[in-house]
Amino acid sequence: MAARKITTPLTDDVVRDLRAGDAVEITGVVFQARDAAHKRLVALIEAGEELPFELQGAVVYYMGPSPAKPGDVIGSAGPTTSGRMDAYAPLLMRHGLKGMIGKGLRTQEVKDAMRECTAVYFAATGGAGALLAQRIVGNETIAYPELGAEAIARLVVKDFPAIVVNDCHGGDLYEEGRARYAKVEAE
Amino acid sequence: MGEVRDLDVREISAAVRELCITANYDLPRDVYDALVAACAAEESPVGREVLGQLVENADIAARDRVPICQDTGFAVVFAEVGQDVHLVGGTLADAVDEGVRQGYGDGYLRKSVAEEPAQARRNTKDNTPAILHTTLVPGDRVRLTMMAKGGGAENMSSLNMLKPSQGWAGMSQAVVDTVSRAGSNPCPPVIIGVGIGGTIDEVTLLAKKALLRDVGSTHPDPRVAAMEDELLERINALGIGPQGLGGRTTALDVFIEEMPSHIASMPMAVNVQCHAQRHKTVEL
Repeated sequence: MAARKITTPLTDDVVRDLRAGDAVEITGVVFQARDAAHKRLVALIEAGEELPFELQGAVVYYMGPSPAKPGDVIGSAGPTTSGRMDAYAPLLMRHGLKGMIGKGLRTQEVKDAMRECTAVYFAATGGAGALLAQRIVGNETIAYPELGAEAIARLVVKDFPAIVVNDCHGGDLYEEGRARYAKVEAE
Repeated sequence: MGEVRDLDVREISAAVRELCITANYDLPRDVYDALVAACAAEESPVGREVLGQLVENADIAARDRVPICQDTGFAVVFAEVGQDVHLVGGTLADAVDEGVRQGYGDGYLRKSVAEEPAQARRNTKDNTPAILHTTLVPGDRVRLTMMAKGGGAENMSSLNMLKPSQGWAGMSQAVVDTVSRAGSNPCPPVIIGVGIGGTIDEVTLLAKKALLRDVGSTHPDPRVAAMEDELLERINALGIGPQGLGGRTTALDVFIEEMPSHIASMPMAVNVQCHAQRHKTVEL
């Protein structure tokens, strides 16, 4: 599949141009953050305090890596289940977040926020952590090192492969792809 | 009865350490072959792309000695202890935990266990405690099986206390519904372990033990094998496909373990396993 190359931070124009089902290769900075980090980010926003990174145009990667071996940039680094961040994602989008990389289903509230805020949700291949780590060329922990694998890190990715699942126009590849191949009625 | 054989628990720790590391680096051959076959058979282009990535990922992990997946799992250990073995130098549980501690440390595996789960959720920092299932068996050997169980697929599992009147029709529908609801979350293509019968504790253990079978293997009882085939066909008709992006390969296999139930009960548990099916066995 021909992949479209995009760079971060994302602009509204780039996000509007992406459609569910598009294969992309992402280059630039993405921020590693999962459960515990999201809880803290939302607490900072609610308290009106400064965040550890610029949220405007940012892409977060729902991921907690395995430890890097000596000489490696990062350990295995595939996506975690995004649904656990659904409680936090709409607020982050309202404060400028433009892209999320993860895997798995999102709630309607998150999808609505993506339309309202012009944001996009990408799936990376879950369980391909060794392969995806090879597309991560920079890794610096910028907040909450005490959280270990759940710390926030500034990652530099090069041609990171992902697929647009939810676009800002209401497209949903999980629904469309499944309907295309289903032989029976979904539950 | 043979003589009692002494076994130093340090040998158990060393074996568990090695199992943790190799299980996480080397995808079992049966799973690898199933992914290759699925890649050739899959109709969906994006599905083929994903399956190709998974095969390449397994190659990289084995070659570079790195984890297949960053979620290196909760360590679930099955210990079959011969009743003519005398363990010396400590307890079995401590020895298994020590092996997990060393394996997850020395192998650069992620520590994914949190204590006080409902409140503080503090990482225990060494991936202990392990989940240890011990059974006594004849003989003077100890057989250890380590399964690295990731959280994403485990979260999609289900316990179903069905009514006997629902029969196999109701039970099979509940299995399919569990996989349908899970959608893309558990990293399909999945492997499905189904426990039938027993009590709530036993049925979930049966479902987990079912996952230890080789992908592509046939159940020795033709009646159960037919139930497995029916479930696999229905699950792969859902269209979920690799990573939930649409396709024919939603599950690589379905395994059932069965035991009698109470006359009032028809328990069924589904243990969902991602494609990164990591388990390994050693005998001491």
